[in-house]
Amino acid sequence: MSDLDTFREETRAWLEANCPPEMRAPIVSEKDVVWGGRDQSRLTAPQKTWLDRMAARGWTVPDWPKKYGGGGLSAAETKLLREEMARIKARSPLNSFGISMLGPALLKYGTEAQKLEHLPKIARGEIRWCQGYSEPNAGSDLASLATSAEDAGDHFIVNGQKVWTSYADQADWIFCLVRTDKTTKQGGISFVLFDMASPGVSTKPILLISGYSPFCETFFDDVKVPKANLVGDLNKGWDVAKYLLGHEREMISGMGLSGGGDALVEGALATVGVDAEGRLADPLLRAQIALYEVRALAFAAQSERFIDELKAGQAHPAQPSMMKYYGTELNKARHELSMAAGGSDAVEWESERSGGGRAARAWLRTKANSIEGGTSEIQLNIVAKRILELPG
Amino acid sequence: MPLFLNDEQTMLRDTARDFVGENAPVANLRRLRDSDDATGFDRALWKQFAEMGFTGILIGEDAGGLGLGHVEAGVVLEEIGRNLSPSPFLSTAVAAVAALDGTAQAERWFPGILSGETVAALAIDEGPKHRDGVTMRAERAGNGFRLSGAKQFVTHGHVADLLIVAARTAGSDADAEGVTLFAVPADAAGLTATPERLADSSIAARLTFEGVAVDGDAVIGEVDAGRAPLDRLLRAGRTGASAELLGVGGGAMDLTVGYLKQRKQFGALIGSFQALQHRAAHLYAELEVARAAVLKAQQLLDAEDAAADQAVSVAKAMTGLATTLSVQEGVQMHGGIGMTDEYDIGFFMKRARVLAEMFGDANFHADRVARGRGY
Ligand SMILES: Cc1cc2nc3c(=O)[nH]c(=O)nc-3n(C[C@H](O)[C@H](O)[C@H](O)COP(=O)(O)OP(=O)(O)OC[C@H]3O[C@@H](n4cnc5c(N)ncnc54)[C@H](O)[C@@H]3O)c2cc1C
Repeated sequence: MSDLDTFREETRAWLEANCPPEMRAPIVSEKDVVWGGRDQSRLTAPQKTWLDRMAARGWTVPDWPKKYGGGGLSAAETKLLREEMARIKARSPLNSFGISMLGPALLKYGTEAQKLEHLPKIARGEIRWCQGYSEPNAGSDLASLATSAEDAGDHFIVNGQKVWTSYADQADWIFCLVRTDKTTKQGGISFVLFDMASPGVSTKPILLISGYSPFCETFFDDVKVPKANLVGDLNKGWDVAKYLLGHEREMISGMGLSGGGDALVEGALATVGVDAEGRLADPLLRAQIALYEVRALAFAAQSERFIDELKAGQAHPAQPSMMKYYGTELNKARHELSMAAGGSDAVEWESERSGGGRAARAWLRTKANSIEGGTSEIQLNIVAKRILELPG
Repeated sequence: MPLFLNDEQTMLRDTARDFVGENAPVANLRRLRDSDDATGFDRALWKQFAEMGFTGILIGEDAGGLGLGHVEAGVVLEEIGRNLSPSPFLSTAVAAVAALDGTAQAERWFPGILSGETVAALAIDEGPKHRDGVTMRAERAGNGFRLSGAKQFVTHGHVADLLIVAARTAGSDADAEGVTLFAVPADAAGLTATPERLADSSIAARLTFEGVAVDGDAVIGEVDAGRAPLDRLLRAGRTGASAELLGVGGGAMDLTVGYLKQRKQFGALIGSFQALQHRAAHLYAELEVARAAVLKAQQLLDAEDAAADQAVSVAKAMTGLATTLSVQEGVQMHGGIGMTDEYDIGFFMKRARVLAEMFGDANFHADRVARGRGY
């Protein structure tokens, strides 16, 4: 038996023995997602068990080095672990901007001290991070950001405002882009980390069209940030920011995969019913779903190919933009279809049978997919310029 | 298995790219068309394909082939697609070989395919849209059979040495089973082939069988059990056609992106206009996703995985969608010159249309995916 076969067998047995049954059920609401953080009272007992057991093996971040709390697994082993988790429909033990965004950036740009300080806590879900990039006048044109960090000897003094900061009100720390030189645009930005409990930090929720408000305006009023918390060189934060955005886009592109077409098909069969030949009774809806499924299944293959290429160092650095674009447009299309399939049931907003408007709220939430993390238009700009090398 | 080409497959691709690009570029198709060539492809070139070993990619090493798989066959097909090279490779070295493989007929036909002597054509379709059903009849007569009926869209059917014919030997027209696959020599009495020139300048025949007598040993596999070799043929053909379509779409995109970098209007390269950049980038994304779908289908076929069937339909449907977009956008972004016969982009549009219909179009395969998924 090859080493990988052995690894698969052992992994399968371990997951079987250690993944609580409650953690093998599909995610239905936001409450089912484990984000971690200082306040672990939000976790249910099975969530906590699952997180702790996986973290103890380093399997919340299987391919990070062991000394930073990772599992030290190879690319092939990581893929296999994911397959085995998918096989028993195991939920992700931990979701976090730390894992999908900050971690990779720290691994590449952090000092050894920063890595040892922050990565293990991310891996164990002890600190919840938020992303302080966007500002009222710096969205797509992110590099025009104005939040300033003044040099004050051994620390910076940060002043300014961020917007759209996802979960800022629940986060423990922030990774934040600040201006340290006003005379140049990209070349005057630095990347800093600080505690959201620092004096001078405040947040204010923003209500979304879905009725939820996990987003905030975030204000900084003379916040003291130790210089040891600067990641990368002073004024070189744009490189770190872009690298991190690549990972963010990669993560978001995964939405094109979430759920596949199963729920869609089930929903449509339940509302529309079947014709004499056993086919979905609304032929146009059936055709739309079928064509959607072709794209979704093809995109699943593309995601697999993308990860394989990434691991082998063969992916074009701008490829995450293509993935983000396609995955999010696909996810929006899926929710648009699921609303069409659901009919009047799906537009109920508060009823018990609609799970408090679960379908409608999820549908509305997906409309942000092609905005957050850089809009679809910006992704297309990047693909056109960097991959197709079109002029201007 | 990672979902990208390994080193050997990449080497084969480079070899195929050089070979097809040098020996059968788009100019070759134009020349064949302008000379009103009645064969539809170049026999000497088919021999060269054989000398390169390409015709033996799917034939086992024990039978003198290379014993490779659908990924490798697809690598060659993509280059054929990119160069719009008229070639019997798909029908002969891919679909026919898949049907004959492991049957008594393999011994008879593989040597000719390996040497580039034999061209095979597939008599599968009975109407203008590809369908799973087979209504053409084969009646038992003595030791053999008599075939009666008609087939159409038989590429190379007028010049092929071997025709692979699906006919009904049992059951009623709607049944999936009860089909037998025959290897019919092209010179069989009672067989008429009427060549028809298609939009892309290729030639496909309409065939009529008027009591065509074949021996019992013309049966590929077992009598009444032709569904298995037919399915092998279709899976290979559909996957191969997807790879060729991907090449056509990719070739059209390259031509278009190249044009965007060179054509000036309003004092600027048109490729600097965002409206066009976005469409080009979207097109790129569609083709990348299609590429993954094709590779997935090829790998699953090679692994004889049960999931291959769905993956094949996804690949054919997805390449149909992506390549159609590529050629349509190609002509549009070329502006007026794209409508001229002199410029190549129109050739891509015509070839894409023919390949899209071959072995089932995007709707046919989306429908298959839906049925497979229970709705
Ligand atoms: C739900 C959600 C969560 C978010 N989470 C976070 C977070 O956690 N942290 C954070 O920092 N930010 C976050 N964001 C902010 C997000 O990154 C920005 O909204 C996004 O980058 C777009 O900026 P904008 O909203 O200012 O739109 P604008 O930049 O004003 O764009 C408006 C429109 O113009 C288009 N446009 C702009 N420039 C161009 C161009 N050059 N070419 C073509 N079209 C263009 C855009 O595509 C868009 O359609 C989040 C946003 C949302 C909606």
